[in-house]
Amino acid sequence: MTSQTTSGAGYATERETTEGRVFNVTGGDWDTITGGIDPLSNEKIVVNMGPQHPSTHGVLRLVLELEGETVTQVRPVVGYLHTGIEKNLEYRNWTQGTTFVTRMDYLAPLFNETGYCLAVEKLLGITDDITERANTIRVLFMELNRISSHLVWIATTGMELGAISMMLYGFREREYILDIFEETSGLRMNHAYIRPGGVAQDIPDSAIRKIRDLLVYLPKKLKEYEAMLSGQVIWQERTQGVAVLDVTGCLSLGITGPVLRSAGLAWDLRKTMPYCGYEDYEFDVPTATSADVWGRYLVRMAEIRESLKIVEQALDRLKPGPVMIADKKIAWPAQLAVGVDGMGNSLEHVAKIMGQSMESLIHHFKLVTEGFRVPPGQVYVGIEHPRGELGVHAVSDGGTHPYRVHYRDPSFVNLQAIPAMAEGALLADVIAGGASLDPVMGGCDR
Amino acid sequence: MSVESTPEGANLGSPAELPPSPDKGMFGIQGTGDVSGFGGLVRRRPTTADTPRPFGGYFDEVHDALEEAYPGFADAIEKVVVDRGELTLHIKPERIAEVCQIMRDDESLRFELCSSVDAVDYLGSDNRRFHVSYQLTSMTYRRRVRLEAAVADGVSLPTVTSVYPTADWQEREVYDMFGVVFAGHPNLTRILMPDDWEGHPQRKDYPLGGVPVEYKGAEIPPPDQRRVYQ
Repeated sequence: MTSQTTSGAGYATERETTEGRVFNVTGGDWDTITGGIDPLSNEKIVVNMGPQHPSTHGVLRLVLELEGETVTQVRPVVGYLHTGIEKNLEYRNWTQGTTFVTRMDYLAPLFNETGYCLAVEKLLGITDDITERANTIRVLFMELNRISSHLVWIATTGMELGAISMMLYGFREREYILDIFEETSGLRMNHAYIRPGGVAQDIPDSAIRKIRDLLVYLPKKLKEYEAMLSGQVIWQERTQGVAVLDVTGCLSLGITGPVLRSAGLAWDLRKTMPYCGYEDYEFDVPTATSADVWGRYLVRMAEIRESLKIVEQALDRLKPGPVMIADKKIAWPAQLAVGVDGMGNSLEHVAKIMGQSMESLIHHFKLVTEGFRVPPGQVYVGIEHPRGELGVHAVSDGGTHPYRVHYRDPSFVNLQAIPAMAEGALLADVIAGGASLDPVMGGCDR
Repeated sequence: MSVESTPEGANLGSPAELPPSPDKGMFGIQGTGDVSGFGGLVRRRPTTADTPRPFGGYFDEVHDALEEAYPGFADAIEKVVVDRGELTLHIKPERIAEVCQIMRDDESLRFELCSSVDAVDYLGSDNRRFHVSYQLTSMTYRRRVRLEAAVADGVSLPTVTSVYPTADWQEREVYDMFGVVFAGHPNLTRILMPDDWEGHPQRKDYPLGGVPVEYKGAEIPPPDQRRVYQ
């Protein structure tokens, strides 16, 4: 088919520009391009990969300069998913902020929420007043979310490196975890479940039973995945020795999370700068020494197992008690409940404020429409996100709205490593290296 | 009917003018009476007073180590603030790269990781409205410090990319969102907004919304102007 395609017709249309000849490529017609180029006069090819490309994890665009199949230069271009979340936050009250930040990194929404809430609570000076049960639920849900995020990583990376069945299995197991989230918060994603002062509502018993089932079910499945991938020669060839980045490179580029740990440095904020009571849980920080895609695969698989250990401990520590701070000036006044159409005010609460207590109604109205005030100042909170350090810099001017909230999203910072990983390597390794960073563009572009 | 006994405006078809009330409005409300929450948009100056010594925790150690390692310390540090268990060193903007170099390399400081670079626009409360903050992390000592450099609109400050290459994209984001120029940055272009975008969206005088949409000339007003309670 390629031989029949004449220049200027078929898939790869071409045109002359001041920059040289430009081809528009849409699919598997690489031969048309290489066939249409004189190898002596046009050694360099500039390829624009993305923003709509199945292997770039969302709307990431890579401008690649190739010599043959070797990449000589990569320039990542981001911003296609910028939605101005940080700007929007400044026009909503502090509690409404959770519903915005949860939409940043859509594979790790509970981390976005927790980071934000920890920052707001630090500004309010109520960090120590968060109830035991709320903290345990936060840890429990963050670890479940870490597992679901890593499952998507193994699924998409498997797909990008040719192991399509891994994609199906990874998403299947993730869906099970999302069911647990849905049962509790009413939503699969974008939960707005963790709120300043605690969590929106308690976990139902049915969700706890599901988590217990997961603890039995997932380890078996993990063994299956490893049986499928680890001994696979193609998987090994595509990952071992690919996209190497050592500790020095990671630190200078600000890379944290599994990528840094795959280079051998056991830096995990849950251990080094604990929050939410992580110091009371027993778990290890898995590391590898190969600093390549293979090492990142091993680290993430081990992290899923460590997270399961934390989930089990959190379930055992889950004692009955309030899930929202006692201070009525901050605690969301509604008793929320999951109804047939999702989460909303519980009918009992509505009956109380509408029928019995005028003061409750006024209090509810003031807190919901105007919100609570946060004393002026600024804080920075860092938590261990599935992709690295998630930093929240929150500034208050004393009002009912954030003055400024900035997210140091690990996807954004980690993507800077693509040129360091890919330049000098083969084009196919750009995919493996980029995938090993696990970028989520919603978080990167915010 | 005599003209004198008629209240002002009573027979002119316009509502009677009520005497102005200096402190209380309708229903005894003070201020704007805005319950939409947008009343919170009236900005107050945040407290940034100098913190007296001792700062507590490891903050004294960091402060003294920097003083010892950096000869220009007295000239470069504008203010030291300890608030909510966090140390903020306010640095003269032109010295920020030097200070970062010392913070990274000195053995008793060792802030190897620059976690985050971002800015805050203190429009109306500070003449040097853009405060660029650098969250530094020492993995060796498990410490965090924030450096803050304030610049006025149109004034540039040196880039720290030669010390912390990770600041590359983050400085580009600050430039994109606030228009703060980092002198010596290798490629200071927009990163999140389109290349041909006009204005810097995170500035406080840049509206949210109010952008014309290409549909029958409709326009979405900014959220703080959508509802008025008066």
